[in-house]
Amino acid sequence: MTAAVPPALRAQRRRRTARTVAFLSPWLIGFAVFFAYPLGATVYYSFTRYDLINPPEWVGLQNWRYVFRDYPYLDKALRNTLWLVAIMVPVRVLFGLGVGMIAVRLRRGANLFRTLCYLPFLAPPVAATIGFVFLLNPATGPFDQFLAGLGLGDVGWFNDPQWAKPALTVLAVWGVGDLMVIFVAALVDVPREQYEAAQLDGAGAWQRFRYVTWPAITPIVLFAVVTGVIQTMQYYTQAMVAGKVASGIVGAPGQSFEPGYPDGSTLTLPQLVYEEGFSTFDTGAASVLSLILFGIAMTVTALLMRRRAGLLGDD
Amino acid sequence: MHRPRFRRSRRLTAVLASTAAAVLLAASCSGSSEGTGADDDPGKKATITFWHGWSQDHEVEAINQLIAKFNATHPNITVKATPNVTDDKLVQGVRSKNGPDVVSSFTTDNVGQFCSSGGWVDLAPFLAKSGIDPAATFPKATLDYTQFQGKRCALPFLADAYGLYYNKDMFAAAGITAPPKTMSEFKATAAKLQQYNPDGSIKVAGVMPTFHGYEFTPAHAMAQWGPSYVGPDGKSNLATDPRPEQFLTYHKELVDALGGFDKLEKFRSGFGDEFSAQNPFQVGQVAMQLDGEWRTASIAEEAPDLKYGTAPLPVPDDQADKYGRGYLTGTVIGIAKSSHRQAAAWEFVKFLTTDTDAVNAFAATIHNVPTTFAALASTPLANDEHFKPFLDIFKSPHSNTTPASINGGKYQVTFQEFCYGWEAGRVPDLKAGLAGVDRQIDADTAQAGR
Repeated sequence: MTAAVPPALRAQRRRRTARTVAFLSPWLIGFAVFFAYPLGATVYYSFTRYDLINPPEWVGLQNWRYVFRDYPYLDKALRNTLWLVAIMVPVRVLFGLGVGMIAVRLRRGANLFRTLCYLPFLAPPVAATIGFVFLLNPATGPFDQFLAGLGLGDVGWFNDPQWAKPALTVLAVWGVGDLMVIFVAALVDVPREQYEAAQLDGAGAWQRFRYVTWPAITPIVLFAVVTGVIQTMQYYTQAMVAGKVASGIVGAPGQSFEPGYPDGSTLTLPQLVYEEGFSTFDTGAASVLSLILFGIAMTVTALLMRRRAGLLGDD
Repeated sequence: MHRPRFRRSRRLTAVLASTAAAVLLAASCSGSSEGTGADDDPGKKATITFWHGWSQDHEVEAINQLIAKFNATHPNITVKATPNVTDDKLVQGVRSKNGPDVVSSFTTDNVGQFCSSGGWVDLAPFLAKSGIDPAATFPKATLDYTQFQGKRCALPFLADAYGLYYNKDMFAAAGITAPPKTMSEFKATAAKLQQYNPDGSIKVAGVMPTFHGYEFTPAHAMAQWGPSYVGPDGKSNLATDPRPEQFLTYHKELVDALGGFDKLEKFRSGFGDEFSAQNPFQVGQVAMQLDGEWRTASIAEEAPDLKYGTAPLPVPDDQADKYGRGYLTGTVIGIAKSSHRQAAAWEFVKFLTTDTDAVNAFAATIHNVPTTFAALASTPLANDEHFKPFLDIFKSPHSNTTPASINGGKYQVTFQEFCYGWEAGRVPDLKAGLAGVDRQIDADTAQAGR
């Protein structure tokens, strides 16, 4: 037999629940407005024909069939995204870690070094991308003229399908200041006495890194990888701007520009979402592409998080 | 007994009749929007918004001058203009409740979308109410690209004609006395004009024929072959119509004759911006260029010392009788579905598209082709030796444009991408490739079908 809860206690519990909800409300409202509703609406629109002018019309699985069976750009965008995740993200993390390690070891000029390495991250992405396209221009760019002076031949960079993604990776590495900062913070947190003890035990530089530094910074590496993967899934501005500037087709009124120049080598899923949604005004297909992007990002993140325990070790 | 009633009845009839007459008179004076779907009175004070794509200072200034002229005759309507609007912004605006009233697009590509979606309202009732016969006012080509499946949701607001620009000094230096008229002459002339550096790279291109070479797009260049794009069954017929294959075969030969794709593309990557003083034709990087008539204004302003001529782009050798043709397109203007002041908006659209002085003044300022018969007959641009060939191209019965489609210019982008692959040597079988393009275009059209 359960004793009845006294009214005073019930009121106290209600107040406590209300207080909890009140504290949570900013997040709850944000979650509902910026995540739950858009996600629900995207799922709904993926089953409709919606041109942004007339009311949505239910078409069942037509948009899904179109995207998976008839849409020619999905494979290309997925392959490019996979390349960027597999190459650009690790290169960026390794480079950020390397620069961070140099920054913490420098005895003189460390602040200047950190500032110089961080500054490119502050450059607006559009301006930085335009600058890189001009620097790496195969006909007039100083970098190619330098390579030609060394007898290293022509590299097409943003104008060559083989080199466009490596060129974007160079651009991403140039702006690695954000990762450098968090790696510096992680590296200075590693207890000095552990290095001293390892040194006394005769550990070399690699062993000190492997058995002292790495275990201490693994959570930060994981953070850098997860956020890097998510950012790469959303990769849009640099790829779009580089394609436009290198192709010479700026997309002014009256011009039709195909994203992914050259030959679809810089095409990413977010560009397709924009093109279908706001250039062709096919909101249904754009919603399907968005959900594919969402599904991939969630799956990759979940896999990485499941590997978290292994990466973090027994502790 | 009856007479008073009869008198009252007659009096009542007279009152009703005079009231009706007064209402009709008032309606006709104020230009009531009856039958057009508009529920505002164009005689009343109103503020309308006008979204357009022009962005350069002299163009925006010309628009402002047009608005000032309009206000001289319509002081009750205030027009607020927003420049540099692309089509994606336009659609986003049209769907909003406080979107633009008058809308214009630089491209005819999306007319099919604008008309079929209802985003731009049907102008036929407005034209009828104003007593404007479109066929007697506008040339046929412009009427074709401003309607879709019989629905006229746009009117032409100046047109663009594409032709050949050639550098007279380079022609003289190469001993060439006249612009080429056939495609075989074009290829030979371009090769003769081409100059190379000692290392074999291109110094001056005879012409930049790759499809990223600014206006040398597949749609603009293939117009010289007169393709149909769509078959009688409404399906894409790029593979069944022999002209696209002929065009692409010729194009490959032209690219090869000028040093090959890689060499040309490397040279092209060093070009300045198309819409700047660094345009390759203006700075002498190319001897010939396919371009629109507006380039004459840019050259006058940015390269006044350039000695150049203009002519129609050559035609295929087996279509020599079609010489004089070119690709046509133009700015289109209409009234947005979102407009709450459609009658006032129509007054402005009517002024911009049919007032001869307004059309001629704007055309002369921005160097575009005027789009009414009356304006064409009286345009001062006919006295400009560089501009006149474009007026002739515009008037040629063989000139053509790309057809409107329900999904806008998507079919052109699909074909364009195929052409990029073809010129780069990535397409092993042209015929099979074109058949694949047809299948893709049909699948995209079916997806957009409503």
